[in-house]
Amino acid sequence: MIRSMLFIPGNSPSMLQNADIHRADALILDLEDAVSPDQKDAARVLVRRAVQALGFAGCKLIVRINPVDTAYCEEDIRAMVPLKPHMIMPTKVGCPETVQAVSAMVGEAEAASGIPRGAVGLIPLIETCEGIENALAIARADPRVKALFLGAEDLTSDMRAKRTKAGQEIGYSRAKIVSCARAAGVEVYDTPFTDVNDEEGIEADTALAKSMGFTGKASISPRHVPVINRLFSPTPEEIEYAWEVLDIIEEARRQGKGAISLRGKMIDKPIVDRARFVLQMAKMLGGEGV
Amino acid sequence: MSKLCTTLRSAMEKAGLTSGMTISFHHHLRNGDHVLNMVLAEAAAMGIRDLTVQASSLFDIHAPLIDHIKSGVVTGVEANYIGQLVGRELSLGLLDKPVVFRSHGGRPAAIESGRVHIHIAFIAAPTADCQGNLNGLYGPSACGSLGYAFSDARCADRVVAITDNLVPYPAMPASIEETVVDYVVPVESIGDPKGIVSGTTRITRDPVGLLIARYAAEVIRHSGLLKDGFSFQTGAGGASLAVTRYLAPIMKELGVKGSFGLGGITGYMVDMLQEGYFQKLLDVQCFDLKAVESIRDNPSHQEISAVRYASPDAKTAAVNNLDAVILGATQVDEGFNVNVHTDSNGFIMGGSGGHSDTAAGAKLAMIVAPLFRARLPIVVDKVITTSTPGSTVDVLVTQRGIAVNPARQELAHSLKAAGLPVYPIHDLRSMAERLTGVPRPVARGNRVVAKVEYRDGSLLDEIYQAKD
Repeated sequence: MIRSMLFIPGNSPSMLQNADIHRADALILDLEDAVSPDQKDAARVLVRRAVQALGFAGCKLIVRINPVDTAYCEEDIRAMVPLKPHMIMPTKVGCPETVQAVSAMVGEAEAASGIPRGAVGLIPLIETCEGIENALAIARADPRVKALFLGAEDLTSDMRAKRTKAGQEIGYSRAKIVSCARAAGVEVYDTPFTDVNDEEGIEADTALAKSMGFTGKASISPRHVPVINRLFSPTPEEIEYAWEVLDIIEEARRQGKGAISLRGKMIDKPIVDRARFVLQMAKMLGGEGV
Repeated sequence: MSKLCTTLRSAMEKAGLTSGMTISFHHHLRNGDHVLNMVLAEAAAMGIRDLTVQASSLFDIHAPLIDHIKSGVVTGVEANYIGQLVGRELSLGLLDKPVVFRSHGGRPAAIESGRVHIHIAFIAAPTADCQGNLNGLYGPSACGSLGYAFSDARCADRVVAITDNLVPYPAMPASIEETVVDYVVPVESIGDPKGIVSGTTRITRDPVGLLIARYAAEVIRHSGLLKDGFSFQTGAGGASLAVTRYLAPIMKELGVKGSFGLGGITGYMVDMLQEGYFQKLLDVQCFDLKAVESIRDNPSHQEISAVRYASPDAKTAAVNNLDAVILGATQVDEGFNVNVHTDSNGFIMGGSGGHSDTAAGAKLAMIVAPLFRARLPIVVDKVITTSTPGSTVDVLVTQRGIAVNPARQELAHSLKAAGLPVYPIHDLRSMAERLTGVPRPVARGNRVVAKVEYRDGSLLDEIYQAKD
């Protein structure tokens, strides 16, 4: 389960060497925006060696690669797939054909490295208006797609909107990408909150993302990771309620009742599904669950 | 008798400065201090030679000392801390006679016992009256506490106060009283306020430092010491200061009311006093303006002498009442010995200060340090210089794990039970070396350039000449 993703510039030895200590569920090792064109080769070498030397145990690895229409994309894939990352993040994805092109290159790299076909997933970065409008098709474009990722900085530029902390300008995009991801049966991750010193801001922005249905959220600062992990984890109250739901459903089944209520509210299938999900999360986080 | 002297030279002449003497200085004006430089320049102009500088600390601003050593004006240096600029030259063998390092507690003990004899103490006085009642609370060079200067003033043959804030008699309060001061010299400026105290001490924003600080606060939580009456000291730099950020919420959560904060005091410790986490602050040195304002205005924030702070010869000293202290390190070895004197190439760039004193006195002495800096591991087989003996160090906290001194097994069990990442120190060293490789041994000369005295006066280690 991935609640938090932490961006790590692929050309920063000091950040790479401590990348896994911040308890992020996933690391996004960045070969794209964080790396200037003259450092692309060096960043690939550094990331490869860092993964080989450090292992980053406990963190799922995602590699953000350069856009498919650049000369760097194919080389990024060839260099990164042998490291068996959990997912590759193609960038500036506007249509399903981009996903399919990347998937084909990943498949070739898997074959060349002796990695089982399909082992490396994709998490397309949706950061254009075209991508938002095609989000459902992108999510369904290839079986490798495990999740969608919203990138608000480039998106708002494409929208010709001003990026704000409150985020009204991306409200539609957030709702749309969540809806499309859920329709396609994949996970969905929210854009980072970019003011690293605004502690109240990251709380509010993360709470909003959770309330809108995102699976988790990315961060450009390790200081935001604990907040994201906390807010995307079930609370003790949620876990307690989930157990009550399952207990009362079991009780209803024993008594042969078709309908049952808890705390004055009818317990229907969505509530039961939600309770099971909460307890699955609790179990994955080391607590008692189902 | 008039103690006022119109010039520094006349005060130095009246005090009887001659070649071969030991003259002392305190470091509360830190990297803004003008006094040491002006005294040595005047001594050089008088044709004085062969002086021993007995300073509580030397900073980069004291770089003119290097030329005074080259010209023979100064032939001996004794200090508790020496900054990088002067330290580098001393490491290369600038002095024929080894530098003597002491601790903040060891120095006043040596002075008061007579093992160190000061002929003339030069006291930088942010406020003084004509008879030599002195304090650090007011004036353009206000620095707060004058705690390190008390023994110098009490034990030197002659005491010269140098001030840029001469006030009508009697100056109040009198941290150092007229009873021990021989001469008072008004000068235009004793220091640069920008270098004396920082405007505001800021907690690090480095995520690695913050993670280390969070672990350190959790170690305190699970140490068994965090209960009403808890006492605490932490430094002003890096992760040390950040521990306060995480400790305060834990104290609030547990409803713990601490007794006192100790040491060099920052605005963050003042905040904890004002918010009721601690009832008193015992202050031997102020690190920022907020601390200076607090020691001036808040009766619960009290100036203390270096003797009361940390002297091993005192009947009791504050460090012996300390529950937990957070300390830094440039190196820690597998025996938990700590180096804060020399860098990874063996160059002097620091000193014990109160490191070994607080480690010896506190119930929990915790070192906080990143596991590696740049490409160099912090945990090593053997430290280049032993500043603090491993027998007095309880815990090392790094971003990748916590090591507990094997002598503190009960603490290791508590921390493990709390889910903290506790490893043998050897494993932390291996983790670091897996990333950095094993550093080559440092090349150094055969000549001893400095001796490190432990707080009780015994020889703890020797620093050998560094190679450029």
